[in-house]
Amino acid sequence: MIRFDGVRKAFGEAAAVSDVTLEVPARTTVALLGPSGCGKSTLLRMAIGLLTPDAGTVRVAGEEMNAASARSLRLRMGYVIQEGGLFPHLTAKDNVTLMARFLGWAPEKVDARVAELAELVRLGIDLLARFPTELSGGQRQRVGIMRALMLDPEVLLLDEPMGALDPMVRRSLQDDLKGIFAKLSKTVLLVTHDLTEAAILSEDVVLMSGGEVAQRGSLAAMAKAPASGFVTAFLRAQGPAEAA
Amino acid sequence: MRKAVAFVSGAALLFACGSAAADEKPVVRIGSKRFTESLVLGEIGRIVAEGAGEARAEHKEGLGGTAIVFRALEEGSIDAYPEYTGTIAEAILKDPALTDLGAMRRALLARGVSMSEPLGFENTYALATTRAKAKAMGLAKISDLAAHPDIAIGLSHEFLGRSDGWPGLSARYGLAMTHVNGMDHGLSYEAAEKGSVAIIDIYSTDAKIERYDLVTLADDRRFFPSYEAVWLHRADLGARLPATYAALCKLAGRIDEETMIAMNAGVELGGERPAETAARFVPGLLDAAKVAGRSAEVVAHRGFWSGMLEAVRTEGPAHLALVGISLLASVLAGVPLGIAAAKLRRAGGPILAITGVVQTIPALALLCFFIPVLGIGKLPALAALFLYGLLPIVRNTATGLRSIPQSLLDSAEALGLPPFARLWRVELPLASRTILAGIKTSAVINVGTATVAAFVGAGGLGSPISTGLNLNDTSRILEGAVPAAALALIVQGAFALLERALVPRGLAAEGARAG
Repeated sequence: MIRFDGVRKAFGEAAAVSDVTLEVPARTTVALLGPSGCGKSTLLRMAIGLLTPDAGTVRVAGEEMNAASARSLRLRMGYVIQEGGLFPHLTAKDNVTLMARFLGWAPEKVDARVAELAELVRLGIDLLARFPTELSGGQRQRVGIMRALMLDPEVLLLDEPMGALDPMVRRSLQDDLKGIFAKLSKTVLLVTHDLTEAAILSEDVVLMSGGEVAQRGSLAAMAKAPASGFVTAFLRAQGPAEAA
Repeated sequence: MRKAVAFVSGAALLFACGSAAADEKPVVRIGSKRFTESLVLGEIGRIVAEGAGEARAEHKEGLGGTAIVFRALEEGSIDAYPEYTGTIAEAILKDPALTDLGAMRRALLARGVSMSEPLGFENTYALATTRAKAKAMGLAKISDLAAHPDIAIGLSHEFLGRSDGWPGLSARYGLAMTHVNGMDHGLSYEAAEKGSVAIIDIYSTDAKIERYDLVTLADDRRFFPSYEAVWLHRADLGARLPATYAALCKLAGRIDEETMIAMNAGVELGGERPAETAARFVPGLLDAAKVAGRSAEVVAHRGFWSGMLEAVRTEGPAHLALVGISLLASVLAGVPLGIAAAKLRRAGGPILAITGVVQTIPALALLCFFIPVLGIGKLPALAALFLYGLLPIVRNTATGLRSIPQSLLDSAEALGLPPFARLWRVELPLASRTILAGIKTSAVINVGTATVAAFVGAGGLGSPISTGLNLNDTSRILEGAVPAAALALIVQGAFALLERALVPRGLAAEGARAG
């Protein structure tokens, strides 16, 4: 569904992603895991066309992501970032429905979809009248997920979606997300630096280091047969109990 | 939005009413400078021209300075104004040696301007002292000053600077005075009366000569050039409006020094408006037999509050129209320019630099610059206010857009919104508070700057201020200044309400939290 082919990206002198080839099969969840600066977010931003690769291609549903195709491809993708990336000047509901209204959806259709999504992410419908600043961090993140799912996209991209949440909220949202992914069976590419989160949400983990893929597979398989010293060190640093 | 449209069309209507000249009669415009005598003569010219019955006469009063009013005459914004022969030679023809009226006429004609016969009085510079001081120190003529090199002399800044003022005078008389200071002309009479200076410069038709019991020192070496009052008018006036021209010519030789002092006193000491004084004197001036005993009867000065109310009633709408129309134009041009400055990497710097440079040009200089292009009146004032209003709006729009967090820009783009929709639905609302603050700054600045528009005859609350400055009449200055200050506060308050209405509630909450 999403395919990176020999993708490179540098910011000035510094290479962020060097020669990554990666396939995210349709209706699976892949976690991009790695320390900060490993290039995982850059990869995700190239997937939705916010960044253009210096070399190589990014294909979504078989179509190459470029300036001409980006608009139509983005309508088939949802994108969630830390804190939800909600627009502070719009209520939660207006955030969620912004694109649908722009596309001219009928109000009844909009409302039905909002009710459906609120139930899915377990958010009280009355909270949707609030502005982002009037919501808690976890609530904002659920609104962000609703916004990404509004047009029922085939692909969901999440960039550290729980990065700013405290551990309790984080845990409950992780469980909910896992349920949502299972229920919707969408193609999900998730960026995280947290091993536990990757383990909870996906069987298929891509561990990155220095702009390259260090190893791909389940965390259990990586622990059993690490491809490099980095893999061993990364797994160990995040705690042997969770790695096992 | 609808309210804004209503306001704009209302303001435009107001402006149109103020400037339209839709009568079938031609219009003759008499100009004047910003001091009592010129204002009174200008008003006399208007009454006399109107009386000729041939054209509708307007008085473009209180235009700032010789340069502005002569330029207005040259390019046809006014048809005539009162001037002095000495000023014509010195400041207009730049040939101080020129004293022959015929030669002066020929030189002026080359610039499309004619000069009337002298009106009958001279308003020349003179040095004066109090009667008591003159007696005590034995001062009767200027050369007597040489015996008192340490006497305190207080001179107007203009007199100190002009070559036909103090520099030339002290050279001619060989004076080496040790205590010469510049002071505002309006203050010098009080200074002389209190004794803080002994000698001041005055005009020979000054209303205050008698009131302060001053005596003038004789110009025994004949230094001061002749300052005979004349009309300067468009060379084609006689051909275009013969009856009007003839009526103005009839004033030649009709106004003597005594009459002019009485008229000046009517305004400055009697509390009359120049128009009231002019109306009182015109019948006598046109009467062949001179009317005796035309002393200035002291008219009770209208109260401060009623004067201010009248200023608000007569000048307030014009002031609001100046500010409203120029502000609207600044917003319509400034917001797109600000967007361009924020979005176009190459254009951003130059746009901000150019609008910034405009801001550093003094208001009067900018107004003066527009006269050859736009004439006098509301247009140059609107153009100058428009340019002054640009910078805060352009800068705040650019800053507001540039300071939107990248994560929000990414989110909008990732949703699939096209660029214009991102700008309209996300970026401009997010920057709205900053943009509105810029518009507010422009509005408040323009309420103040618009008072300068009176210098080019645009009217507004600057009119009573400039009149008051010229008459040294503090209460009249306040009649314009207090409403202008109040208007600035009202504008500030109105924008606070507008901010509540226009800035999205989510941003207001964010601001409150941050604060």
